[in-house]
Amino acid sequence: MNDQFEWSVLWSGQSGQWLLSGLLTTLRLSALAWVLAAILGVAAGALRTAPVRPLRILATAYVEFFRNVPLLVWMFFWYFGVPPLLPRPAQDWLFAHGAEFWAAVCALGVYHGARMSEVIRSGIRAIPRTQLEAAVATGLTTLQAYRLVILPIALRLIVPPATSESLNLLKNSSVALTISVAELTFQTRQIETYTARAIEALTAGTLIYLGLCVSIATVMGWVERRVAIPGLIAPGR
Amino acid sequence: MDVSVIVDNFPFLIVQGLLGLGGFVGGTLRLAIPAIVLGFALGVVLGVARLARARWVRGPATAYIELFRGVPLVMVIFWMWFVLPQLLQRPIPEYSVALAAFVIFEAAYFAEIVRAGIQSVPRGQVEAATAVGLTRAQSLRLVVLPQAIRSMIPSLVTQMIVLFKDTSLASIIGYVDLTKAAQIVNNREIRPFELYLFIAVVYWLCTYAMSLVARRFERTPA
Repeated sequence: MNDQFEWSVLWSGQSGQWLLSGLLTTLRLSALAWVLAAILGVAAGALRTAPVRPLRILATAYVEFFRNVPLLVWMFFWYFGVPPLLPRPAQDWLFAHGAEFWAAVCALGVYHGARMSEVIRSGIRAIPRTQLEAAVATGLTTLQAYRLVILPIALRLIVPPATSESLNLLKNSSVALTISVAELTFQTRQIETYTARAIEALTAGTLIYLGLCVSIATVMGWVERRVAIPGLIAPGR
Repeated sequence: MDVSVIVDNFPFLIVQGLLGLGGFVGGTLRLAIPAIVLGFALGVVLGVARLARARWVRGPATAYIELFRGVPLVMVIFWMWFVLPQLLQRPIPEYSVALAAFVIFEAAYFAEIVRAGIQSVPRGQVEAATAVGLTRAQSLRLVVLPQAIRSMIPSLVTQMIVLFKDTSLASIIGYVDLTKAAQIVNNREIRPFELYLFIAVVYWLCTYAMSLVARRFERTPA
């Protein structure tokens, strides 16, 4: 390195404000996308194990196609490809309300929904088939059996892999900078552009991401111990 | 839907973008294949190091893996982009920046797979290897790793698919891969829906082929 570090660039000027607003955008983007991903993931994951063939095929097609294409392509697709197909008033509304943000929510949510469904499916498959049969034998419909018996057990089983998938979603939200969503990585780049202090700016962004990941993992470790099913899986460390 | 934009630009998208045989230094495969090979090689070293007895080997390897698994790939690409030219005191082409970023980042994920694979080998195997007189290094090389690699194959292929998809992020520093090629064509033709859907299908065909291979390995008993 040929120059001295100048860490003060991170709190002088607007940098602090930019980092904070970037962090908030990252959290808002990830939270909304996570909700979408969870809904799609549970639906697709459950449908892939459902005893109705057309639904199974539909869910499998969704998962296999969206999961196996890069997120970046989906970002471009949702941001550049989809809005022109919408009716004029919807387009106007979108572009007045941050189209890039909503495109990023769709891209992240639909992509991670497909990945999340794999986690949920593996949770459902870990439950003995007899549970479903027993539930149906007590007079529940298949839908009720899924809603009241299978899914509650599956969701408690999948806390660790679902956590790591959620962290992937958080980290992948950085890809939204390619469609100019002003999230954390974008703001890190902005600081670098204004101050020409790449190392300092990148260090700040990196530490914030690390801090986020570590704190979420810690909280979820606690959740994992709380919701562990006694006798079914090993209690938390 | 207007497929003529795909037909007209098919050679550019596939030959330049996917294969990298054109005027630009680029190509998804030209980046993905070395990244997979080198990333896996570094991953084996890190994965073994993480299980080492010596603390000064285990500590740094663990820190490396946890650090890179907690940071977005985009961030690592920017790190390489800014830091490599400063470290080496000369301009570095996008290809080398991207390759370095992928190898360094994905090695952390490969390392975790290697570790899980090694840990799945029964302890008795190591004890037996020691009993017949092999050194620790020999038992790792001749007994543990060959068995571990078999049980790792499905997760390895999954990670290779992830890496293959991740190479699209090299386009953000200007590397002309399939995604960048589609962007270049789109800037001229303004046909985003057709173009991005087309490259989505191309990516899907590649990754689906890889996942079919993975499924074959899963069925073959190790």
